[in-house]
Amino acid sequence: MDLAGFLVQLLNGVQAGFLLFLVASGLTLVFGIIGVINLAHGAFYMIGAYLAFWLTGLTGSLLAAVVVGVAVLVVLGIAVERLAIGFLYNRDHLQQVLLTFGLILVLDDLQRLIWGSDFHSVPVPAVLSGAVALTQQQDYPVYRLFVSAVCIAVALGLFVLIQRTRVGMAIRAAASNREMAEALGIDVGRLFTLVFALGVALAGFAGMVAAPISAVYPGMGDRILILAFVIVVIGGIGSVKGAFAGAMLVGIADTFGRVLVPEVASMVMYGVMAVVLLWRPQGLFGRPA
Amino acid sequence: MLTSFHSRPGRRRFLAGAAAATATVLAPAPFVLARPAPIRIGVLLPYSGTYAMLGTAITDGMKLSLAQAGETLAGRPVEYIIVDSEASPQQAPQNTRKLVVRDRVDVLVGPVHSGVALAMAQIVGARGAPLMIIPNAGADALTRELCAPNVFRSSFSNWQTGYPCGKVMADDGHRSIVTITWRYAAGDEIMGAGAEHFEALGGRVIKHIRVPFPDVSFQAHLSEIASLAPDAVFAFFSGGGAVQFVRDYAAAGLKARIPLYGPGFLTEGVAGAQGEAADGIRSTMHYVDDLDIPVNRRFRDAYRDAYGREADVFAVQGYDTGTLIARSATAVDGDTSAVGDMAAALEGIRLEGSPRGAWQMSPAHNPTQTFYLRDVVDGRHRVLGVAAEALADPATGCTLA
Repeated sequence: MDLAGFLVQLLNGVQAGFLLFLVASGLTLVFGIIGVINLAHGAFYMIGAYLAFWLTGLTGSLLAAVVVGVAVLVVLGIAVERLAIGFLYNRDHLQQVLLTFGLILVLDDLQRLIWGSDFHSVPVPAVLSGAVALTQQQDYPVYRLFVSAVCIAVALGLFVLIQRTRVGMAIRAAASNREMAEALGIDVGRLFTLVFALGVALAGFAGMVAAPISAVYPGMGDRILILAFVIVVIGGIGSVKGAFAGAMLVGIADTFGRVLVPEVASMVMYGVMAVVLLWRPQGLFGRPA
Repeated sequence: MLTSFHSRPGRRRFLAGAAAATATVLAPAPFVLARPAPIRIGVLLPYSGTYAMLGTAITDGMKLSLAQAGETLAGRPVEYIIVDSEASPQQAPQNTRKLVVRDRVDVLVGPVHSGVALAMAQIVGARGAPLMIIPNAGADALTRELCAPNVFRSSFSNWQTGYPCGKVMADDGHRSIVTITWRYAAGDEIMGAGAEHFEALGGRVIKHIRVPFPDVSFQAHLSEIASLAPDAVFAFFSGGGAVQFVRDYAAAGLKARIPLYGPGFLTEGVAGAQGEAADGIRSTMHYVDDLDIPVNRRFRDAYRDAYGREADVFAVQGYDTGTLIARSATAVDGDTSAVGDMAAALEGIRLEGSPRGAWQMSPAHNPTQTFYLRDVVDGRHRVLGVAAEALADPATGCTLA
């Protein structure tokens, strides 16, 4: 691989990492703060992609679809937390896993009832439909660069929300000691509802942003879910910073794995995870247990 | 059955007989003495998951064919026993035994998925009964090493879908190609056949790229293709993977520089979702929607009238499956216990009425059929010509051939 080829693949890896971060951030947030293992995270990603497909068709604009779609997802997230997840905070993880697994089945059927089992795609918005020349042979779609920019914005937004705002302070307080936070007058129940809805919205948002560079089809969230879990474990459970580092690591390792060792490409990221866990069992940015 | 009057008549049978006798008096049709036992068609196809649309189209096509035959075969009504295969090879043996042993079906139809097909064909082939017709699954082995006297295929072998494309690429003046597909059996069989043909005609395969199945992240591979700079790319993906690959290939600006070729399934059924990105892609397949022959036009009209949807290649394969069932059952005058005679009726049978154009059953029980060259214009497939006339699978290792 020459230098140009290396740089192109590095760009591919970083770009894949950004997209993965968007999905993993919501998962780590929900996991780290309210302690719920949300297996349905990938299903929410799929619902987001279908919402983008459906609403773009209705409104003719991806931006409008994202605005309406995020609102729908927040409402969906609040409803799911109030009606189901909220009852399980004091139960063990197995029951949460069972519930969220059931949610996958419900959401899959919902998707099939509403949109059927056909394959769809979402057109790239006209303003972003161009491409820049990368090498003599290959162009790079502007929309992919735009997605990277969106991911950076979301990463910064999450950082500011959690580290620099009052709500963020309350979230951190509730995450580290629920009883103490309640004693200080923080409405932890409402806070948790908010965090879960934020997680769902992030998953769906990732699906909506990815829709124009991905196909929209049943079961599209399954593989994403596994990747997101790998990233969360590598980065350290609950750490948004860790999710970012983990996503970059997985994105780059996976990209180079495909090109350099194609025979075992599908195992490269699990290898990375194993090495990281041997070195730091709590993950890159996780708190020691 | 007439014989039921001579055996000990139970109460229900007596009542049925009486009712039939009354019916004879009221409606003087000479043959309505008793209703003949139905011919039971066991159907093991996917109706949920990724392949749900294929299972439905095949079932509808088959039902249309048998409805046109009057819903009766040699005087016996048709009864369907339908099981959702869920495209799961793990459940295939159990589902097959349920249909064959418990429900004692006269004919077994299925499946879509090659893994399921291998399990089914081994069980049914070893038992020697019932007659089995595979309406889709393309695994080469089904009509090669695993071929059996009572197992037939009405669709294609994977080899057939890839092989003609090798010549198309060579004829278009390309000297070097890169192949790309998922790392799984169907991908290897299809790509292998096309590459073999291309090399036999003097072409060079620079690299076989294999993507982990069923992964849909293609950017790294597109950059690899760009740096290898072949004359053409020969690709196979299906479903969501096909939509994503074709769109990514165009978005990376590769389509304008390196023409894309593939077996028909690269664009079949997904050209709408692929949009402009699919325009101009050349592929080879045994059917084209717009095939301008009278039987295809009649078939498409009848299918649209019956189901309110457009027919596709899977509906055609289902339709031909129905024709094969009808021809085998009529040949034995409805006596479906004579599996050997039913199978014999399908040996070398020629289906003049197939919407894909006439084809003939090969000695290994796979269609010997024409493969068309097509491209996509505005989301529709256009016939460019014939890529391979009367193409037969090599049937390597089949003891019937």
